[in-house]
Amino acid sequence: MARIIGPLARQHLAALRILLVFTVITGALYPLAVTGIAEAAFPHRANGSLVSQNGHVIGSSMIGQNFALPPRRGRTVPPPDPRWFQPRPSAAGPSGYDPTASGASNLGPNNSGLIAMVNRRRAAVAAFDGVPPGSVPVDALTASGSGLDPDISPAYAYEQVPRVARARGLPQAVVHHLVTARVQGRALGFLGQKHVNVVNLNHDLSTLR
Amino acid sequence: MAVNRGKPAHRGGTDPAPGGTGRVSGGLLDPRQLLRSFPDALRKLDPRVMARNPVMFVVEVGAVLTTAFAIKTPSVFAWVITVWLWLTVVFANLAEAVAEGRGKAQAETLRKTRTETVARRLADWRRGDTAPREESVPAAGLKLGDHVVVEAGQVIPGDGDVVEGIASVDESAITGESAPVIRESGGDRSAVTGGTKVLSDRIVVRITSKPGETFIDRMIALVEGASRQKTPNEIALNILLASLTIVFLIAVVTLQPFAVFAGAPQSIVVLVALVVALIPTTIGALLSAIGIAGMDRLVQRNVLAVSGRAVEAAGDVNTLLLDKTGTITLGNRQAAEFLPVQGVDLEELADAAQLSSIADETPEGRSIVVLAKERHALRARTEGELAHATFVPFTAESRMSGVDLDDPQEQRALRKGAAASVMTWVRSAGGHPLADVGGIVDGVSASGGTPLVVGEVLRQQDSSTARVLGVIHLKDVVKAGMRERFDELRRMGIRTVMITGDNPLTARAIAEEAGVDDFLAEATPEDKMALIKREQAGGKLVAMTGDGTNDAPALAQADVGVAMNTGTSAAKEAGNMVDLDSNPTKLIEIVEIGKQLLITRGALTTFSIANDVAKYFAIIPAMFARVEPGLDKLNIMKLHSPTSAIASAIIFNALIIVVLIPLALRGVRYRPSSAAALLSRNIWIYGLGGLVVPFAGIKVIDLIVQFIPGLR
Amino acid sequence: MSDTLGGWLEILALAAAVALSFRPLGDYMAHILTSRKHWRVERLVYRAGGMDGDADQIWTVYLRSVLAFSAVSVLFLYGFLRLQNHLPLALGTPQMSASQAFNTAASFVTNTNWQSYSGEAALGHLVQMTGLAVQNFLSAAVGIAVVTAFIRGFTRTRTDRVGNFWVDLTRVVVRLLLPMAFVFAIVLVAAGVIQNFHGFQDATAIAGGSQKIPGGPVASQEAIKELGTNGGGFYNANSAHPFENPTAFTNLIEIYLLLVISFCLPRTFGVMVGDKRQSWTIVAVMVLIWAASVTLITVNELHSISSTAGHDAGGMLEGKEQRLGVWASALFAASTTLTSTGAVDSAHDSYSPGGGGMTIFNMMLGEIAPGGTGSGLYGILVLAVIAVFVAGLMVGRTPEYLGKKLTGREMRFASLYILTTPALVLAGAGIAMALPGQRAAMLNSGPHGFSEVLYAFTSAANNNGSAFAGLSSNTTWYNTALGLIMLVGRLLPMVFVLALAGSLAGQRPVPVTAGTLPTHRPQFAGLLTAVVVIVVGLTYFPALALGPLAEGLR
Repeated sequence: MARIIGPLARQHLAALRILLVFTVITGALYPLAVTGIAEAAFPHRANGSLVSQNGHVIGSSMIGQNFALPPRRGRTVPPPDPRWFQPRPSAAGPSGYDPTASGASNLGPNNSGLIAMVNRRRAAVAAFDGVPPGSVPVDALTASGSGLDPDISPAYAYEQVPRVARARGLPQAVVHHLVTARVQGRALGFLGQKHVNVVNLNHDLSTLR
Repeated sequence: MAVNRGKPAHRGGTDPAPGGTGRVSGGLLDPRQLLRSFPDALRKLDPRVMARNPVMFVVEVGAVLTTAFAIKTPSVFAWVITVWLWLTVVFANLAEAVAEGRGKAQAETLRKTRTETVARRLADWRRGDTAPREESVPAAGLKLGDHVVVEAGQVIPGDGDVVEGIASVDESAITGESAPVIRESGGDRSAVTGGTKVLSDRIVVRITSKPGETFIDRMIALVEGASRQKTPNEIALNILLASLTIVFLIAVVTLQPFAVFAGAPQSIVVLVALVVALIPTTIGALLSAIGIAGMDRLVQRNVLAVSGRAVEAAGDVNTLLLDKTGTITLGNRQAAEFLPVQGVDLEELADAAQLSSIADETPEGRSIVVLAKERHALRARTEGELAHATFVPFTAESRMSGVDLDDPQEQRALRKGAAASVMTWVRSAGGHPLADVGGIVDGVSASGGTPLVVGEVLRQQDSSTARVLGVIHLKDVVKAGMRERFDELRRMGIRTVMITGDNPLTARAIAEEAGVDDFLAEATPEDKMALIKREQAGGKLVAMTGDGTNDAPALAQADVGVAMNTGTSAAKEAGNMVDLDSNPTKLIEIVEIGKQLLITRGALTTFSIANDVAKYFAIIPAMFARVEPGLDKLNIMKLHSPTSAIASAIIFNALIIVVLIPLALRGVRYRPSSAAALLSRNIWIYGLGGLVVPFAGIKVIDLIVQFIPGLR
Repeated sequence: MSDTLGGWLEILALAAAVALSFRPLGDYMAHILTSRKHWRVERLVYRAGGMDGDADQIWTVYLRSVLAFSAVSVLFLYGFLRLQNHLPLALGTPQMSASQAFNTAASFVTNTNWQSYSGEAALGHLVQMTGLAVQNFLSAAVGIAVVTAFIRGFTRTRTDRVGNFWVDLTRVVVRLLLPMAFVFAIVLVAAGVIQNFHGFQDATAIAGGSQKIPGGPVASQEAIKELGTNGGGFYNANSAHPFENPTAFTNLIEIYLLLVISFCLPRTFGVMVGDKRQSWTIVAVMVLIWAASVTLITVNELHSISSTAGHDAGGMLEGKEQRLGVWASALFAASTTLTSTGAVDSAHDSYSPGGGGMTIFNMMLGEIAPGGTGSGLYGILVLAVIAVFVAGLMVGRTPEYLGKKLTGREMRFASLYILTTPALVLAGAGIAMALPGQRAAMLNSGPHGFSEVLYAFTSAANNNGSAFAGLSSNTTWYNTALGLIMLVGRLLPMVFVLALAGSLAGQRPVPVTAGTLPTHRPQFAGLLTAVVVIVVGLTYFPALALGPLAEGLR
């Protein structure tokens, strides 16, 4: 048998054996070891920073959600629910924030559709939040890269305070205080941008008595 | 004077100019030469010839394409581009033709000297044969190993070695040097060249070359470029240029689908124009001319290289082996001291030495006269001043010179020369040189000097006394400016090793005085060989000069072996260059020419590639500003119209070749300095120049071509 | 703190982290690549393959080993991808089409990690972990192995041996990539990256409705994805996905990881050739280009240059995450496209014409500043060979680099190397643009649509793997064309690099003198930068003019 296997085949067979050894080392042992340590040391984070309420998983604080009214007939994107802080526009899935279809709009900076959408959003958000169109922050007008961005800018969060308070019949100060408590600074004090996690903020709202 | 190749500045340049500004320069380009070479340039349009040069071949194919297009759908623009594309090819050929033309002109002159001679062949000649049988044959009929006899006034029928006799030979046909040279059997001055003329005496020559392969034949072939092959570095550069050409071809061919999508499909004329503008035509056109011109510059300095490869290697040399005598020190030693033997007055010796040297026109002789005058206040007498004086010149056989003073009272003969010869002369006149002569001679020799013994024979009536008066101490004198020259070489990264037959002590003294990096004392050919091999084992390239037969192995081993033309044919065969002037200092010039050749190649390549930037700024907006108006912002030269912009770029591309032909032939200016300094200089001139010049050039051309009717 | 100050501090922190790693990591890599001792686990690997760990290979044998290993890897991964829906942990994903499986296998084996699939929708955990992530290790190690052989071409003299591929491969995986990936995987988990084997978990959203929360062994894959300059995301959104890159801190870690090996390899090179000054020139060129690129992209994005959407929205946040913002995203974009990583934390397609154009130009540079693991260094060294050739002539010598002559033979391989990728990019994009069906895959129209196609072929040929993701590239044509281009774009240059290594190793060294072109000075660094930028710029200028330039200059 060995005699009919040419040197070329022998070389490939050796390569295959090495590949299999590495598959075991780097494809099984390594991730299992990482998982073991992760589950032992950081179980909450390793499992997706899940948020629970009454024993039910209501989402992940890392993954944004839609806070919309029940979908209306004939419209793919359900209208925003004024009782909740609204996240950024999302391109993940047809109605947004679909973790099975993460992704961006990929529309070019001069794409006419994107330009129109940005201006439409500006008008809509301004009307929804009752603010002048010129003051709507950029994160309210643009979809994120993942489509799952759980965060908005503090400016956008504060802009929504009066509307949320009105819709919920809460004093503005209470809602404002919730937002202030949820404003996260830059990582390590200088990395990235200040942001407010909408999932956490709305979770706070929902647990408000 | 058969050949004059117009090289007064370089003739016999034994004295290097310190600092050496503009030492390497070539002849100027004669505009008439361009015209003369034009037919050759047209002949080279043959695609089979063009295919050797991939860059220009692409241009030619492009020109054919645009011609077809211009015939099918004629327009002023198409014809303008077509004409200038053809001109681009022609200009490139012209560069090569001009470079070759210079060689051809030299070959023509050489050919005139090669007259058909009749050889006097000696049948079955053996050494000592007093009455050989002689037959007349045409020179072309001579075979290897034949013996011929040549007498005064006759032309030597072929290359060979003198096997009997001694003669003075006029080699001006080869070297351009009118002073005759001595050729004798045995030793290192035995080689004679076909076509040269015997002026005195009779010699027997053994033919060492086949008919049609004589030195002159090879020389003609070399300067004509008949045996020209691409050098290794030329091949490497050609590969790079070819790959750049392919990259740009792909870039332009694939541009069409992009352009179609953008709504601006381009005509074949525009696409061809873009390709031609981008591919490195400037260097592609001039590359072979640069190589030919490099060889040519060597020829102008009376150095023949057997291949372009040798010229390239010269640029790479790390170690120079320089013979002390003639290169580092003046070929002739100078009198430094008079050393009388016991019982002889110093003044008497000085006087005798001076008298014996009055007619001696050699530098040694002159230095003796000068020394006597300066040190001993002896006025130099002129020849006419002395009555009854007969001067005896130096001959190779007597190895002495002097004077016979035939006073009626006493006949006094004075001789100075090599110790052994003078002693023999004194003894033969009945004298008995004292023992201390040997001591003085040995002392002078030991200190690195050369002793010249002065002897005297007095004849009064019947009696005669012969005695040795003393010794003249001749010393080596290091040439002026050599130290600076070696410092310069050191900055260029070249190590100099002095080769001398002197003892280590003397050698060290001279080496230190001259500032060479190292020396090889008491050098035998074997030592030289070993030194070369040692250097080469360390990866170094070695250059040397040599003339003797025993130098041949070392010459062959060296990367650049320059044989002196006065040397043996064995030496000439072994080396890869021959210096017709037999001037060992020229090795330094050869290295510089090699470097200059490589620099010219690199500089023009850089220039050529840098040119592309401006051409893009001319052509891309012209192609696409119609559909993408934003791209008109790239039209920073504010060219008149798309068609004038493209035409201007192509015209510039063609004209720059012509403009640079003189530079390619002359070589870029080379100043010996460190690599870093050289690189900075050349990048600024040819890199930055290559970026900037075309912007100006294209703009100027655009200002003119916009007036061509129909070009819009 | 203002965005500007934060942005600068982030760049400085990153630069400092990489700079601090330069010496120790560079020296360590040189050590493991030259050490004569084998570890026990390494001996086990050699025994499994029936190899002699002390054997030295001729360059052709080295090359055959690389090719055999790549071929086996592609076939293995292809089979795995085709069969994965029948294997455990498939999470109900469908079978991958043949063309997509070929594309994906070619992509991961060539260190490209172009993804025409969406991770969360198309793949289960097993194939991600034991198929794709394995290649993340191995393809990175192959790159480092090849550059090691190339460096040996300079260090060795008068031999035809350039080292042992299996030893180099094993050492890099066992001693370099595994330990580093392990440590940083834990760091990433600690900072919020997930690491589990869950499938999608159903959550009842706060405002009603349901959401499927994904799971997966993400951290272990994320670490090697960046460290090995692979870039294939566990999820479709890649490093924009909060589970892959949850905070600006993990973002910085990921940028550090994707830069660190490639920036430190020049040190390894300097140590191995015995002239550490040489590493400074190379790394200076890399830093110069990287810094310029970061600056240009950041400026373009900050000021929404030529972006109508950005202008109307009041900023360039389309396709960028709020927690990261413009500065961190631009830094990631420049670093990922300059390292052949191709991971993205924001959508390059939505970048301004200048910023997006720079990401394309970065890749066109040939992934050399600092480039992929190993491939970046050999790429820049081949360009250095070209630069030395031209510059060397200008100092009046036939050119030599690190004591080796650059003759026709060397120039042939170097020229073929620099010819390969432009030919693939331009021919690929040219054919795609000539075929109406393939043009239709563009999401955007006009010059930006063309940029999407140009980006795809540039990314594939240069083994980057990132995308102007608007292009619908999951078609049989694109999968096949891009798969082939990735394979050729990876393996053919390796052939030339190894041939060059063999040719150089066979030479005897040329001594360095004052007449030698010095390659350790700022002068040469400047020259090399100019050669890189001008040669690349000239090659791609027409294409760029019709894409990003046409859009940007409107």
